[in-house]
Amino acid sequence: MTDFRTDNNGKTRGSRALPVSRRGFTLGAAATAAVLGAPGILKGARAATPLKIGCLAPLTGFFAREGQNCKRGFDIAPALLSDMGHTVEIMMADTESNPDKARTAAEKLVNEGAQVLIGTFVSGETAAVAQVAEQRGIPHIINVAAAPQITEQGYKYVFRNFTTGPMLVINGLGLIKQLMQKVGATPKGAVFMHVNDTFGTAMSKGIEALYGRMEMPFPILETIAYDPKAKDLSVEVAKAKASGADIVFPVSHGADAILLIREMVKQRFEPAGIMTPGSPGTYEAQFYKALDKYSEFVMANVPWIDPSTDMSKAFTAAFDKTFKGELMELNAGFSFEAVLIAADAHARAGSADPGALADAIRATDIAEHVMIGGPIQFDEKGQNVNIKSATLQNLDRMPTVVMPAESAQHEPVYPMPGWRDAARK
Amino acid sequence: MIASLARLPARVLLATALLGLALATAPLVVDGYILSVILIALYFAYVGQAWNIVMGYAGQLSLGHALYVGLGAYMAAALYIHAGIPPILGVFPAVAGAALAAAIIGALAFRFRIGGVYFALLTIAFAEFTRILFMHIDWLGATEGLFLPVENRTTNDLLNLRGSPTMFYYVLLSLVVASVALAYYLRESRLGFFLRAVREDEDAAEASGINIFRVKMIAVVLSGAMTSVGGVILAFYYNNLFPSDVFGMHRSIEIILAPIVGGLGTLFGPLIGAFALGILGEGLTAVLEASGTSTAGIKQLVYAAMLIVIIKFLPGGLWPSIARLIRLDRGGER
Amino acid sequence: MTWELAANVVTGGLLIGLVYALMALGLSVIFGVTRIVNFAHGEMTVLAMFAAVILFRQFGLDPILMSPIVAAGLFALGYGLQRYLVAPFVTRPEHEQFILLLAVAFALTNGMLIVFGPEAQGILTDYSFDSYEIGPLIVDKTKAIAGLISLVVAALLLGFFRYSATGRAIRACADNLIGAGVVGLNVPYLYALTFAIGAATVGVAGCLLSIIMDATPVLGPELTLLAFIIVIVGGLGSMTGALLGGVLIGVSEALAGLLFTPSLKSMLSFGLLILVLVVRPQGLFGKSGAR
Repeated sequence: MTDFRTDNNGKTRGSRALPVSRRGFTLGAAATAAVLGAPGILKGARAATPLKIGCLAPLTGFFAREGQNCKRGFDIAPALLSDMGHTVEIMMADTESNPDKARTAAEKLVNEGAQVLIGTFVSGETAAVAQVAEQRGIPHIINVAAAPQITEQGYKYVFRNFTTGPMLVINGLGLIKQLMQKVGATPKGAVFMHVNDTFGTAMSKGIEALYGRMEMPFPILETIAYDPKAKDLSVEVAKAKASGADIVFPVSHGADAILLIREMVKQRFEPAGIMTPGSPGTYEAQFYKALDKYSEFVMANVPWIDPSTDMSKAFTAAFDKTFKGELMELNAGFSFEAVLIAADAHARAGSADPGALADAIRATDIAEHVMIGGPIQFDEKGQNVNIKSATLQNLDRMPTVVMPAESAQHEPVYPMPGWRDAARK
Repeated sequence: MIASLARLPARVLLATALLGLALATAPLVVDGYILSVILIALYFAYVGQAWNIVMGYAGQLSLGHALYVGLGAYMAAALYIHAGIPPILGVFPAVAGAALAAAIIGALAFRFRIGGVYFALLTIAFAEFTRILFMHIDWLGATEGLFLPVENRTTNDLLNLRGSPTMFYYVLLSLVVASVALAYYLRESRLGFFLRAVREDEDAAEASGINIFRVKMIAVVLSGAMTSVGGVILAFYYNNLFPSDVFGMHRSIEIILAPIVGGLGTLFGPLIGAFALGILGEGLTAVLEASGTSTAGIKQLVYAAMLIVIIKFLPGGLWPSIARLIRLDRGGER
Repeated sequence: MTWELAANVVTGGLLIGLVYALMALGLSVIFGVTRIVNFAHGEMTVLAMFAAVILFRQFGLDPILMSPIVAAGLFALGYGLQRYLVAPFVTRPEHEQFILLLAVAFALTNGMLIVFGPEAQGILTDYSFDSYEIGPLIVDKTKAIAGLISLVVAALLLGFFRYSATGRAIRACADNLIGAGVVGLNVPYLYALTFAIGAATVGVAGCLLSIIMDATPVLGPELTLLAFIIVIVGGLGSMTGALLGGVLIGVSEALAGLLFTPSLKSMLSFGLLILVLVVRPQGLFGKSGAR
């Protein structure tokens, strides 16, 4: 385990999203072989000509970090899928964090022969790509994008293998409730701090609508919305501290999560638990590097790579081999799964005809895959409703699954040790 | 207008006719990708022409034109979603709303004689203020976004702006033609003369009896109103609106690039500039792809360098050089 | 809302306002003399932040000790930028200056993306998470240090322009360009020097910011806008104005965050900017007629 420690210069030496696994790594090849024979993967004939998949992600601009994370999932997909008998060709395009460019790039990919489109992480860009797909009659698989409206707008060729804001909230709050039962704690109340962007507001609306209905064991004492471009969150944290809450629900975008924790430490705000009901920010490399020991014990309830399946073991092994020192996270996982869905549909359809592919995707039923949750299936709106979340806790500078029990790598630590506690090292 | 057209040399008329024919038939011959590039270029040509009126003709540096795009887009989209009012009617309140906003900004700026960099910052401040405001209006979707229904994509319904990219292409092309005609009329009119006088020397213009406040107000309001129509098209083309994207500072910058690169204050500058930048952007992508360069950010770096080169060596923009090449320069073009 | 909470929030706003002010001061100095509005200001600040992060990672030295080195680097960059790129644009129309500096900003952002990657990068010193407890006040140590150093640097800069021969020569250029040329001052050199001094100020500000927040390539435009608000509110071209403007914006944003929903707080700053532009375009603390 010590191999995976973050050193003082903030460099992560290895990545572990899966349990233990020095042994797991060497098992990579074996795992791949096991996947090969797994049912539900190879139902149709093996395709001789590769399926051309147009992958879009914001590699530059405001969402560059997230886009480049997605790209890692795309990058390792062809080799992994080839082990499973699929041949896919990835055509990568940069959306430049701009919907105009996303739309043009999607048109360009289709022109160059893309038979499926995947992308893009940003909801506005995703909607722009969806329109191209709809217009051209080409399936569009959304890897990441949480705005619920996209699958409510009436598209026929759009499929989303990602959770919407409300789904994230239901899964996240459910896990938080279970956690409290498990550790037998009764917190006074929570302060909900969310970034006021598309994702943060979707989450906020979800919590507003569902919190009462979920019969949560403690109330939300205050909701604090902050500017997505905020450079300083001292006022926000001061307000949170003054609310008297002992639980913090952060919903952040990225670097703002670092600012939040840093301010909590400085302002000596000592909550018993910091747990996001479903946002990024607290399980990424930059979070560990910037906060070091203060990153420990923070929890996130998000869809995650299932440590128990053979395919995710193969995926993790491939990720660690290709991106040494980088930390695997869910954007890469979902991006890989999107390619998997396309390849699987291609195999079942037996052709790359867009209509046949779309029909095949509609009938998707992949039992064993990478992310936690039931089989990948799409409802009539093209939404996968079987995705579940896991509770991650930062232990030894690694996102570690602590719930649900069947996937857990470690017991949850609650309440979390204080900022100056010796348990933090 | 007809009379002045007759003064043009035959080869210019021929070239114009050919260009017109090419633009009119483009959707029939080009593929979806090229069409989407031209569509965006036409959009920037149109809003660039609108911006050109306030900056190129009246000399007021507005850096917040995304404000009018956003107001037009949100107004028409909200009326369509919440009241079922088709955009063909919704465009009127959209234009009125943007014109009002432009009038307020103009009145504040010109009554208090705010010019130059200060005017630029005032327009940025209004656009940013509105961006954050719209991020908090739930009725307009706030930061979650305002989504239009996307049914009926097979037939073209002009009244509701529901249809194929080809339909949007012709709508935008008509707008560009209309905007060029309007700019031409403006340039030849008394108002155009006054505008140029104000641009060259405000004090002298005032001394010679021109009501400079009125002249500048007309330019700003007209420009804002025109820009908002572009916003309406944008809303129905993309079917979703987010304040941070529509009102963003980067959007205002995009709007001003085409007219400056093409030729500020010229009739065809915005059009030339929009196409040149479109070709530059897509060309860079293609060249980098062909050369196997996949480092994210290289394209933007080269794009920025090209902008520096253009602004350094072609300060008047591309059109004056082209006009010289086809001997169309009449001295008074700028 | 309790009294303690308000006091804490205002203290924090005041200290961070001082750092913002130092950054804005660079913008004000450059504009005051060359009349060039540096639209790449935020990007230059981010570059300084990244420089501080890299130096810290390489040598483990405190960013505050490193700040003279970063300032020297930015000084050279600023000098070169003015001498070889911006100088021909001094007499050109404003929109051309704008496009030029915008392109520089765009190039810097993407250059940093290529070199440093998209991740947020911060500095972990042994005092990064410390705070002083003074009665009911909890004062953030990094902000206190950064705020105080900002004040010192601003004072040095003020002294330089008031008392040194070079500083006075630069001010002469600002007051009367033709006169300065007539008495034999080397105006192109002084302009480049001014740009360099402005950039060096940004270098120090970037080092100080790097101990408070994390550097990302996309941070630039936000910092540019912030610097604009501060210098306009304080008075474009006025050095004390920039300082007071920074503090005013820092404190008022903090209070706005406390009284309203924090996501609205920068709207207040833009509102203030509009108000000042309309009512008092020379800035709250600027000399009249400076328009």
